[in-house]
Amino acid sequence: MLKNVQELRVYREVCKKAMDAEKKRVIICGGAGCVSKGANKVYNKLLELMQAKNVKFTVSLEKEPHGDSVRVKKSGCHGFCEVGPLVRIEPQGWLYVKVKEEDCEEIIDKTIVKGECIERLAYAENGVIYKEQKEIPFYKKQTRVSLDNCDKIDATSIEEYLARGGYTAFEKALTEMTSDQIVSEITESGLRGRGGGGFPTGRKWSQVARQKNFPKYVVCNGDEGDPGAFMDRSVMEDDPHRMLEGMIIAGIATGATEGYIYVRAEYPLAVQRLKNAIACAEELGILGDNIMGTDFSFHMHINRGAGAFVCGEGSALTASIEGKRGMPRVKPPRTVEHGLFDKPTVLNNVETYANVADIINKGSAWYKSIGTATSSGTKTFALTGNIKNAGLIEVPMGTTLREVIFDIGGGIRDGGKFKAVQIGGPSGGCLTEEHLDLPLDFDSLKKAGAIIGSGGLVVMDEKTCMVEVARFFMNFTQNESCGKCVPCREGTKRMLEILERIVAGEGRDGDIELLQELGEMISDMALCGLGKTAAGPVLSTIKYFRNEYEAHIYEKRCPAGECQKLKQIVIDPALCKGCSKCARQCPVNAISGKIKEPFTIDLNKCIRCGSCLSACPFNAIKEN
Amino acid sequence: MEQTINFEVLDQAIKDYGNEEKALIAILQRAQEHYRYLPREIFPYLAEKLDIPEARIYGVATFYENFSLERKGKYVVKVCDGTACHVRKSIPILEALRKELGLSEAKKTTDDYMFTVETVSCLGACSSAPAVMVNDEIYPTMTPDTAVALINEIKEKEANA
Amino acid sequence: MENKQYLTVDGIPVEINGEKNLLELIRKAGVQMPTFCYYSELSVYGACRMCMVENQWGGFEAACSTPPKAGMEIKTNTDKLRKYRKNILELLLANHCRDCTTCDKNSNCKLQDLAMRFKIEGVRFPNANTERKEDKSSPCIIKDSSKCILCGDCVRMCNEIQNVGAIDFAHRGSKMTISTAFDKPLAESPCVGCGQCVAVCPTGALVLHSDAEKIWKALQDKNVKTTVQIAPAVRVAIGKELGAVNGENAMGKIVTALRRMGFDEVYDTSLGADLTVMEETQEFLDRLDSGKNIPLITSCCPAWIQYAEKKHPELLPNISSCRSPMQMMASLLKKQAREKGENSFHVAIMPCTAKKFEAARHEFDVDGKPNVDAVLTTKGLIRMIKEAGILFEDLEPEAVDMPFGTVSGAGVIFGTTGGVTEAVLRRVMSEKTRAELLAIEKLGQRGTDGIKEFDLPVGEGKIHIAVVSGLANAEKVIKRMKAGEHFDFIEVMACPGGCINGGGQPFGMREDKARRTKGLYDADKLLSIRRAEENPILDDVYKNIIKDEAHELLHVHYGKH
Repeated sequence: MLKNVQELRVYREVCKKAMDAEKKRVIICGGAGCVSKGANKVYNKLLELMQAKNVKFTVSLEKEPHGDSVRVKKSGCHGFCEVGPLVRIEPQGWLYVKVKEEDCEEIIDKTIVKGECIERLAYAENGVIYKEQKEIPFYKKQTRVSLDNCDKIDATSIEEYLARGGYTAFEKALTEMTSDQIVSEITESGLRGRGGGGFPTGRKWSQVARQKNFPKYVVCNGDEGDPGAFMDRSVMEDDPHRMLEGMIIAGIATGATEGYIYVRAEYPLAVQRLKNAIACAEELGILGDNIMGTDFSFHMHINRGAGAFVCGEGSALTASIEGKRGMPRVKPPRTVEHGLFDKPTVLNNVETYANVADIINKGSAWYKSIGTATSSGTKTFALTGNIKNAGLIEVPMGTTLREVIFDIGGGIRDGGKFKAVQIGGPSGGCLTEEHLDLPLDFDSLKKAGAIIGSGGLVVMDEKTCMVEVARFFMNFTQNESCGKCVPCREGTKRMLEILERIVAGEGRDGDIELLQELGEMISDMALCGLGKTAAGPVLSTIKYFRNEYEAHIYEKRCPAGECQKLKQIVIDPALCKGCSKCARQCPVNAISGKIKEPFTIDLNKCIRCGSCLSACPFNAIKEN
Repeated sequence: MEQTINFEVLDQAIKDYGNEEKALIAILQRAQEHYRYLPREIFPYLAEKLDIPEARIYGVATFYENFSLERKGKYVVKVCDGTACHVRKSIPILEALRKELGLSEAKKTTDDYMFTVETVSCLGACSSAPAVMVNDEIYPTMTPDTAVALINEIKEKEANA
Repeated sequence: MENKQYLTVDGIPVEINGEKNLLELIRKAGVQMPTFCYYSELSVYGACRMCMVENQWGGFEAACSTPPKAGMEIKTNTDKLRKYRKNILELLLANHCRDCTTCDKNSNCKLQDLAMRFKIEGVRFPNANTERKEDKSSPCIIKDSSKCILCGDCVRMCNEIQNVGAIDFAHRGSKMTISTAFDKPLAESPCVGCGQCVAVCPTGALVLHSDAEKIWKALQDKNVKTTVQIAPAVRVAIGKELGAVNGENAMGKIVTALRRMGFDEVYDTSLGADLTVMEETQEFLDRLDSGKNIPLITSCCPAWIQYAEKKHPELLPNISSCRSPMQMMASLLKKQAREKGENSFHVAIMPCTAKKFEAARHEFDVDGKPNVDAVLTTKGLIRMIKEAGILFEDLEPEAVDMPFGTVSGAGVIFGTTGGVTEAVLRRVMSEKTRAELLAIEKLGQRGTDGIKEFDLPVGEGKIHIAVVSGLANAEKVIKRMKAGEHFDFIEVMACPGGCINGGGQPFGMREDKARRTKGLYDADKLLSIRRAEENPILDDVYKNIIKDEAHELLHVHYGKH
């Protein structure tokens, strides 16, 4: 237990020294993507072989640095999930991709012992081999602030966080700044909520600071529920202290004494890491009563979600922490006045808190120098879908979609053609080719009918049916609707019915107009933010891909060829030899004909299973 | 297979989280982990201990996806149908698993309570799409074939256990 | 001078004067907004979205949850709003069992009314609820989920005001329902039958059980002698719907109507109440003497009795052993009938739904038969009068039958919160002057507050009295009692405001309830006998009917439920 900030500074110096003393490092990415691809096996193999080969190594930060042993570290997510498992070699900064257990021996022998780069393990794109991580196009255009530590530290070690300057902002806020100064620094920085709404964080804090009703709460929304988004997961799992530090500073600034972190049920590792981080912080006296000998006390709690997307909405989240059904409530009263347990509450998401420490440390001017005039700082995005370099990225606000998708993301995978990008999850919209030069910031996206949301970017190629995408999102929203207000509960249900009809080839004249009518009503009338944006994917796809809807409804055709029920299987009479193999394979007897004459297929019977396609020895059967 | 309901786990959870309404979800989570579902018998017990109406506890239990009022299998297989997995074809994986285990949309758990197959709206493992989670472990870039192979591997392990 | 603040509603300036929300303010401008889920007594839910208004910036706000702010320019009736409201109504109708012509709520249904107001001419979506899904297990209430629009009024009533928690929301999204735990039948839930959920339900999803058919049958049967008693609160709640003056005492007309319908003998439950005053006062004085089972808690309200049985069985010894006025009255009538060897059928007309349960309780059976054969709610009576084609407003009032024809004002005021207490006070106060009656009025039992408390000096000391209505309020007092606070006498009525606001009454707004209460106090003032003990009939009743059977006829021990 450290008694005051002087002791904290001393301890941080010890940690820093220890880290600086590490001459060589092998950092294995321990992010979810790499682990699922075998990163743990690589890590274990490396340790096993080093032991066998008598290469001296350490697996944790040694306070008494010894000699030139190699530090082998499992860090958090490096972001470049597509080509995992990733291994970075320091001090050279080399990045090895798609590393397998079999590669470990060579890595030790050549790289660790001799300092040679294994080029076959380096990333290559368009014939260019990139040895150093920072040269890779995926990384080159990124600016990592909230993700800065993720690929560098061992998330379970508070010492490594301290060694990288951790808790200096906390120290400054606690001892050198007044509550007003902290709030105005955050306000000045222009930081806006990263959870979707983009509400100015400083304004929120000042409203809570003003309240005279105690206790006050600091709540972190870690209920990252948007399908296709995993940025917050990375921060919680890989750099939990950064988030805690942001929350504690929010507590100092607003006079709150309790912190609650609401973590999505699907993130058990995040819960584990956060628990560990809280325990470590308590042990050092960064959390608890009379922190660092001051009269400031702060306690942190973790609540696990139980599987409800709607709990990402502020008032539903606080209801859930209170042990209730996660149903949003009407506002006012607002969360800043009557939030958790009816008390004044600061509610921000993970990424927002993750930006706080750097703003306090480096100042608002520094933060404002990144990004655009109205959206300062960086934003993390989860880049997924039919994109070459799927992964987790962080770029300055205002970076264009084209830069993100083509420069960082490497364009469409398997040589496909870009069709659309879905941004902002189920609350967002689909943007097209014409929007590629749109800067990614709160206001530009809003104008284009999408939102930045929490930052999921799902890229779609020309084989993706936009009506099906709309149906998919509506299905999601309908499943996750809390059921409270009529527009969302009943409206999305009817919209889904119509979309299901359209993709099944049963669309009717007037369906598009009815979808728009309901969509507009829901957007204006729904109770909560999630309801208000529920129609976004449908309305934006109608706006930009109306012709696809029309093809489904009027021509009973899916232009992308994705909708199963609209597929048509034809037998080319010129190629068919009448062998009857297809007819024998057909499970529903849809194919008939005379031997040695062209067969025919009855599309009313056909269930589009495709068995005949593979059965035909003459390639006479085609699907369109 | 009859299970007798032992309330000790609830008493312990109440001790850990408190007997106020705000502890309800955490207590139900503990119960769900222990029994692998929420047995009917625990509702009146909790209603009394926490002094909240049984109907409200039922309301909470049926609101959240993670609570099940029916017994689940030893292995809960969650096929991710998040956007990223969906566009990389997660549904054929789901169909293959259901076919292999004789399950359907309505029947989610095998008769021997070994497997439960369900979908999840996103595992946050989008870079590994399409992903499948078995209990707490994520399996990346699955295909219908590898998913079925995974099931068979588990079956074999269980048979030898 | 204070600065007055204004906002405009459809261009009309309206002064802001402490209104909680825009709805109240819009009402001041003479516009009645459509709502399903707003009741001023309940918390704001904001889910139906019918009361949305447009502001000067083209944004939309729910009038029920938005506090008025100076300078707002509210529009309540724009093209968009009309279109959206029609959308919402269409969506609700699409999910609603639309057998309106045969629904209990026909012509009294908010959904039907608004669908008419907004001229919904067709529903473009398939209906999943074409069949009724009724739960008829409770003797008091029928729940039909096919008619439910999920406004949540019943849930908030059952939980916030009544603290019963029999029902709540279950499941979510389009699968959401209002349900007991595990969707068990209502009869197996903690429901106490107070019927307040029915009172606030805007549609036919919660309606009352009706025994009208059984009663018609008895009335037609020449071999059956039909007797009926009318509870105090009924007479002031019936007028509005039948074309008489709202809140005025219509007892005389009710008596006439019942005779027209064919009842052989018509009585006033107030006599039963007079007996209750006598018995309960004695019981209270005895308990004060012995110091046992203090506080005495009243027992007139059957929903409160069920609540106590289900949630606080430990309080049963404190509850008065007196039968409710309805059961005292019925005891007498049935005893006489038995003695005369008559085949009698006794109907009680009550403002209450829980009385149906009370009537069926086996504790009151004699030789396996109930004393009250059927309970008819005020609403049920209105329906029967209409069915019989009786033009109520034209009826000449008549008096109830002898030998129980005289009642005291003390018995009449039982129908409102504080009435039982006041009646008992009139009995216990030794001074019997008119001035004393006026003094008693002011002690603190009157008024609409949910919890009223006052001390009454008695000899050297004082007794502490609490008058409670609404079961959540009762729970608050019980909690305080358990925490060690001392009470001597507690009057509990389950329905907020007492029986005038019972679950069997026609739905009343705050103003209607005030009129009903005033109607009862006015009736009390017009009676020459205002103290129970001064009712000359009681002597005769005790001497010739009750004899030494007071315990068997007038008291009860609730053992089970």
